[in-house]
Amino acid sequence: MRFVDEFREPELISRTASEIRSLADPSRHYRMMEVCGGHTHAIYRFGLKDLLPGNIELVHGPGCPVCVLPMGRIDDGLLIAEQHDVIFAAFGDMMRVPGAKGSPLEHKARGLDIRVVYSPTDALKLARTNPDRHVMFFAIGFETTAPSTALTLMRAKAERLKNFSVFCNHVTIIPAIRAILDSPDMRIDAFIGPGHVSTVIGCRPYEWIAKNEGKPIVVSGFEPLDVLQAVVMLLRQLRASDAKVENQYRRVVPWEGNRAALKAMAEVFEVRSYFEWRGLGFISQSALRIRGAYAEWDAEQRFQVPGVRVTDPKAAQCGEVLKGVLKPSQCKLFGNACTPEHPVGALMVSSEGACAAYFNYEHGKGTPALTSLV
Amino acid sequence: MCLAIPGKVLELLPDRPGALVDVVGVRRKVDIGLLEADMPKPGEWVLIHVGFALSKISEQDALDQMRMLTMLGEDEAAVQEVRGYGLDEPPAGGGSP
Repeated sequence: MRFVDEFREPELISRTASEIRSLADPSRHYRMMEVCGGHTHAIYRFGLKDLLPGNIELVHGPGCPVCVLPMGRIDDGLLIAEQHDVIFAAFGDMMRVPGAKGSPLEHKARGLDIRVVYSPTDALKLARTNPDRHVMFFAIGFETTAPSTALTLMRAKAERLKNFSVFCNHVTIIPAIRAILDSPDMRIDAFIGPGHVSTVIGCRPYEWIAKNEGKPIVVSGFEPLDVLQAVVMLLRQLRASDAKVENQYRRVVPWEGNRAALKAMAEVFEVRSYFEWRGLGFISQSALRIRGAYAEWDAEQRFQVPGVRVTDPKAAQCGEVLKGVLKPSQCKLFGNACTPEHPVGALMVSSEGACAAYFNYEHGKGTPALTSLV
Repeated sequence: MCLAIPGKVLELLPDRPGALVDVVGVRRKVDIGLLEADMPKPGEWVLIHVGFALSKISEQDALDQMRMLTMLGEDEAAVQEVRGYGLDEPPAGGGSP
């Protein structure tokens, strides 16, 4: 049980919730997408939905890196590790994500050398301390994580490290938002922009969403008050028929982003012509690959990539949930065949996945929330 | 994994762009190569993501961020992550666990 006084400025939260109610036009239905999985987690955990009037719907976006990775890429990575006897290093988030023949953790139980690392530099360190083995880092993540992989590759190159490579699955958020806006079954009125991705890319890359698509977007922090303030800012824009990029998370996000991080990404990565996203299909220019100058450290250029294509289990409706067309509980497998203990789809694995968040907090109402404030 | 962890910079390390940081009592080396343009000084606070300092923040924002991670039930995972940096090497600077 969480208590109201744990939250920063509870009175302000209460006032902000009232402001939302007065700004929302009761004759309208608002669909606002929170792009980032961290926001999805916070919204469920804090029960923010219950603070909003019924006509404001928060739609969960694609910003959960393990959720959007197609199963085939996991299988590709595991097959490379198996066929070439390499050490497969990945973040803990990846370990329980199901591949067609089991998760990395299950492969470890079958004898594959799988290591959890908390930083790409630790995968580099594994390579230094295991000079007789090849270490492949299975890289995932949006622009928050990609600069760290880039710097790690720059270090590997500077050291001329021979036994290290990266299997790159880094994706970029802007093309995913574009795909959602282009999708005929999506009707989104406004966006809550990602917090930590924006510390890297800044706010400028979102300008086309406002200018060309006429949709307001507010980059937001993760606290209850942050998300509610972002909703107020979006409602004010919608009310004034305005569409611009605003930054609610100014205390952390600079408008221009992190230049050093962008420079490192540009040095190491180039944009792939297309990449498959779970649920969203192939999206053009939506992912990063390693530049030719770093080919020696690119697992895809160094090893034969099997190119496994796996369709998701038929009954699982991860795609519809990822696009916000279905709510997690509307999937046939939710809560019975697919649970956090036995996940069928990746959305049930990560705490940032909509299904896991929904299961943990909403399903049976595990957490109270802030409703006592209003 | 998109929620960053706040840490206080204790000292800048000479070997590479690294700094010793303290995250609720756990001391680890993090990479500060992404803050090249605006290097943090000892006593300043940074947001850490996968072993790299991503941005400088104020002390108040750092405390708020840690409290938010606690409210999200992510504080233990965050400390576990920081503890895991550097694999099994003894903590830099002879610090605590």
